[in-house]
Amino acid sequence: MPAVSKGDGMRGLAVFISDIRNCKSKEAEIKRINKELANIRSKFKGDKALDGYSKKKYVCKLLFIFLLGHDIDFGHMEAVNLLSSNKYTEKQIGYLFISVLVNSNSELIRLINNAIKNDLSSRNPTFMCLALHCIANVGSREMAEAFASEIPRILVAGDTMDSVKQSAALCLLRLYKTSPDLVLMGEWTSRVVHLLNDQHMGVVTAAISLITCLSQKNPDEFKTCVSLAVSRLSRIVSSASTDLQDYTYYFVPAPWLSCKLLRLLQCYPPPEDGAVKGRLVECLETILNKAQEPPKSKKVQHSNAKNAILFEAIALIIHYDSEPNLLVRACNQLGQFLQHRETNLRYLALESMCTLASSEFSHEAVKTHIETVINALKTERDVSVRQRAADLLYAMCDRSNAKQIVAEMLSYLETVLKVAILAEKYAVDYSWYVDTILNLIRIAGDYVSEEVWYRVIQIVINRDDVQGYAAKTVFEALQAPACHENMVKVGGYILGEFGNLIAGDPRSSPLVQFNLLHSKFHLCSVPTRALLLSAYIKFINLFPETKATIQEVLRCDSQIRNSDVELQQRAVEYLKLSSIASTDVLATVLEEMPPFPERESSILAKLKKKKGPGAVSVTEMEDGKREGGELNGGGDRGPDSTPSPSADLLGIRSAAPVSAAPTSAGSLLVDVFSEAGPAASSAAVNDEGFLRFVCKNNGVLFENQLLQIGIKSEYRQNLGRMYLFYGNKTSVQFASFTTTVSCPGELCSQLNVQSKPVEPLVEGGAQIQQVLNIECLTDFSEAPLLNIKFRYGGALQNLTLKLPVTINKFFQPTEMASQDFFQRWKQLSQPQQEAQKIFKANNSMDTEVLKAKLLGLGMALLDNVDPNPENYVCAGVIQTKGQQVGCLLRLEPNAQAQMYRLTLRCSKDSVSRRLCELLAEQF
Amino acid sequence: MMRFLLLFSRQGRLRLQKWFTPMTEREKKKIIRDMTTLVLARQPRSCNFIQWKDLKIIYKRYASLYFCLGVENQENELLALEVIHRYVELLDKYFGNVCELDIIFNFEKAYFILDEFLMGGEIQETSKQMVNRSIEASDMLQEDDSSEWYEVELFG
Repeated sequence: MPAVSKGDGMRGLAVFISDIRNCKSKEAEIKRINKELANIRSKFKGDKALDGYSKKKYVCKLLFIFLLGHDIDFGHMEAVNLLSSNKYTEKQIGYLFISVLVNSNSELIRLINNAIKNDLSSRNPTFMCLALHCIANVGSREMAEAFASEIPRILVAGDTMDSVKQSAALCLLRLYKTSPDLVLMGEWTSRVVHLLNDQHMGVVTAAISLITCLSQKNPDEFKTCVSLAVSRLSRIVSSASTDLQDYTYYFVPAPWLSCKLLRLLQCYPPPEDGAVKGRLVECLETILNKAQEPPKSKKVQHSNAKNAILFEAIALIIHYDSEPNLLVRACNQLGQFLQHRETNLRYLALESMCTLASSEFSHEAVKTHIETVINALKTERDVSVRQRAADLLYAMCDRSNAKQIVAEMLSYLETVLKVAILAEKYAVDYSWYVDTILNLIRIAGDYVSEEVWYRVIQIVINRDDVQGYAAKTVFEALQAPACHENMVKVGGYILGEFGNLIAGDPRSSPLVQFNLLHSKFHLCSVPTRALLLSAYIKFINLFPETKATIQEVLRCDSQIRNSDVELQQRAVEYLKLSSIASTDVLATVLEEMPPFPERESSILAKLKKKKGPGAVSVTEMEDGKREGGELNGGGDRGPDSTPSPSADLLGIRSAAPVSAAPTSAGSLLVDVFSEAGPAASSAAVNDEGFLRFVCKNNGVLFENQLLQIGIKSEYRQNLGRMYLFYGNKTSVQFASFTTTVSCPGELCSQLNVQSKPVEPLVEGGAQIQQVLNIECLTDFSEAPLLNIKFRYGGALQNLTLKLPVTINKFFQPTEMASQDFFQRWKQLSQPQQEAQKIFKANNSMDTEVLKAKLLGLGMALLDNVDPNPENYVCAGVIQTKGQQVGCLLRLEPNAQAQMYRLTLRCSKDSVSRRLCELLAEQF
Repeated sequence: MMRFLLLFSRQGRLRLQKWFTPMTEREKKKIIRDMTTLVLARQPRSCNFIQWKDLKIIYKRYASLYFCLGVENQENELLALEVIHRYVELLDKYFGNVCELDIIFNFEKAYFILDEFLMGGEIQETSKQMVNRSIEASDMLQEDDSSEWYEVELFG
C-alpha cells in the first residue's frame, strides 16, 4: 500500500504545513502565511518559467492556505495551466484547486471549460473522471451550457468505461439539479433507465441516483423503471451474503443500492402489474423476516446496514399504505426498536412510527405502544429523542387516549425550564437565543418561570449587539391580541430600555410603542403593572414627546389613588419626578441599566434547587456551559482564547477545553472500530500544559479567561522546589480559593510533595504565590495533581491540573566519551531495558531547537559519539532517594520522512518506558 | 443527497470540508461554526442524528476526529453513518492506520479519496476494492509518469 511519504510527496508543502503548526500565535501564523504568499507570488511572477512540479507545489500550498480560512486572490491562472498538463498529479491538483476555489462567475471559466472539453474527449478514463468531477463540483450554469448535451452521450455510449459511466451519471444529476432546462433526456431516457440492469453494481448505484431524481420530476417518462427496480431488488434481497462480493457490506448485500431502489419505488404508486407487485411484496416480507434473524456479525456496521434497508422498506410500506398485513408487521418491528439499547434505533423508530400513526391500518397498532412512548418522553437522556417521542404522542393522540396524552404532555412542559437552559447553553448567536425564549413564552407562557425571563433580560442588557433585535422582536410579539403576561413583562422592560433603537420606524414610533404596552396594562397583575409604570417613566426620558401622554396616564385616579400601595407610590413619584426634574437630572436618574455583573445563570440556580426525577445534573450543565456557553464569558471560546505558548496552530496539541480530555491526534482513528465509547478521564485535563514542561522548568502552566497559573521550579539531586503563581485575570475577587496537591495511587509512595495553604482571597488583578517542596523517593510515572477551587461571582470553579513533575527533573548530566557510551549501551541490552518509539515530527526539525530541548531534558548532550552526525545521544543519571538510575538516549531524525526514532536504555525498565513516553511528545 | 461533509478535531479545528452544492464563503463559515458548536456539545452516547434547519446532521467521532455529514431530509440516517464509516475505512486502507496527522499533512489525498467515493453528494462507488484500485492506479501514475501510462490495465 502506498505509504504517506510515497509517490509525489511534496516536501516543501510538508515543511510549510509543519511550520504553520508550529506557529505559536495567530499573528505568527499570519506572518508565516504572508511570507509564503509573497514567495509564491514572486515565483509566479518571476522571469523563469516554473516547471510543472513547482507549479503544482505552489498551487497546493495556496489551496492549503485557503482551506485554513485565508483569502487567496491569485494563483487561479497557474491552477488552470495545470489542467492542461499531461502529468496526472499536476492535473489532479489543478482540478482540486479549481473545484474548491473557483466560483461560477469567474472569468476563467472559459479556459477551464476548454481544458475540461479536452479531457472529456481524451478517451483517457482517468482524465475524463477528473473532468466530470470538476463539472459536478463547480456545477455552474456556464458548465451546464457547455456540457449538458455531451454528458448523456458519454453515459450511455457502449464503449465507455464503467468508472466513467458512474461519474457521468452523477455529473449529469448535478447539472440537472442546477439547470434542469438544459438537461434534455428525451432520446436517452430508455437507455438511462436500462442502466438499472447494468452488470456492474457500481454503475447501477450511481445511475439510480440520477434515475430517482428524474423520475420525481417526470414520473410518466420513467415509469418503466419500476419493474426493473423490483427485479433488481429481488435479486439482491434473495442473494446470499457472499454473492455480491465487495458490494456486500458487513454481511449485508448491497445496502446502498437496496435503499436507493426502495427509494426509487417511493416515487410511484404500488405496481399495477400483479406479478411485479407480488414480487415486490415478497421482497418486503423477506426484508421484514431478515430483521428477525440473528445477526451475522456483532459489528454495529452490520446492524446499521441491515436496519437501513429495513427502515427504507418500512417507508415504502407506509408510502403504499395499502397492505394492512405489512403495515402491522412494520409497526411491530418498530415497536421492538422502541426499547432497543441503541439510541439511534430508538430515535428512528419513533420517527418512523410517527408516519405510521397516520395510516388507518396501523393507527391502532401504533397506539398499543403508548406506554413505551410516554416512558421515552420521560426518561430519554437525549433531547432529540424526547422530541421525537413528543411528536409521536401528538400523532397517535385520538379521542380514546387524549386525556392520558394531554396529561403527559403537560408534565413534559415542565421541561420548559430545561429548554431555556439548553437554549442558553448552546446559544451560538444571541438573536437565536432571544427568538427561542420569546417563542417559549409565547407557546408555553404559564410554564415559564420568572428565572427564565429574568435571564433573557440580563442577556439582552449585557449584549449591545442584540438589543435592537430584541426590541424589534418583543414589539412584534406584543402585537398579538392575547399575549402572555410574561411577554408583557419582557416587552415592558426591553422597550423601556431600548425602545429608542426601533423608534425611527414610524410603525414603531414612541407613541405606538407606548400605546401598545398600555393596551396590555389593565389585564395584568400588580407586579407587571408596577414594571410597566417604570417602563413609562423611562419612556419619558427616552422620548420627551410622550411626556404629556404618559403624565396624563399617571395622573388619573386609577393610578394615583390605586389601592395597591406599590402602584400608587410609583405613580405619584414618577409623576412628580417627570414634572420637576430637569432633563439632565431625569437622564441621570433614568439612565440605561448598567450591565449585570456576570454571575451564575438564574436559570441554572433554579435548576440546582430543583431535584426532581429527570432533572439534568448540574455538573453536566456547567460542563456544557464551559464548552458551549458564551453567555457568561462573553469572550471567544476554545483554544483561540487561551493561546498557550506552545499551542501549535493546527491545534492538535493546543490547550484543550478544561472539561475535555484531549485525545492525542496521533491515536488511530480506527481505534474506534472497537466498540468502546470515548472514555474521558478528567485527570488528564492539561496534558498539553503538562507536556510542555518536560524540557523546561518555567512558564505558564494554565490559562483561561479567569485564571493564569505560572510555574518556576528548580531541582537538585532528588529534591525540587516549585513556585506556583496564581493570577486573577478578572477585576472581581476570587473567594474561598483553595489548592490541594495530591499524589494519586502508588505515586504517594514514590513522590513526596508538601505545600503550604494559600490565602483564601485573591483580589481582582492580583497574583499569589505558593511553594511546593518535592522529594523523589523512587522512580515514578504518574504526575501529582493540583486541584484548585474558588468562587468567582456566584459560581464555583473547580479545576484539576497535572503538575509537571516528571522523572527527568531529577537527572544529573553525565559526560562520557564515545567508547564509554557504547560500552554502557551494550551493557543495557536486555530487551526490557530498552524502549523505542518511531514518530512523526510535530515541530520543526531544526538542530538548535532540538539541542535546546535535549539540554532542557537534563541529560548531557554528547558530541562526537554517534557515527552519524545527524543523530543525537545523551547520558544522565536519575537521582532518587532510594537509588540511581543510569539512562542513555539516542534520537535519530529523518528529515526526509519528517520522522524520528527515539531509543532509551536505562538500568531500570520502568524508567525507559516512562522517558520514552514523555519524550515522544516533545519533538 | 448529501450537502456537506466536515471533519474537525475535538478542539473544533477544521480538517476537511467538502461542499456538494455551491455556497458562499460566508455561508460555509456559518455552517462550520454551527456544526462544531452543535456537535462538540453533544453528550457521549447521544444519538448520532440531529435535526438542524431543513437538514439531518449525522455525526460520528473516530478517535480525535469528528466526521459530520449534512444530508437532505429524505436520506437514510443509518446509511449516512455508514458512508462516514466507509470513508474512514478507505482512509485507513490508504494511509495504513490513519490518524489525524495523516489527514493534515496529506489533505489533498484525503480529498482525492473522497472524490473517488462520493460525487455531487451521492455515492459513486461503494466497493472498497474498486475505490482502492482507482486510488492505487493514480498513485502508480504518479510514480511512473510516462506518457504511455494509460495503456496499463487500470480498471480491469
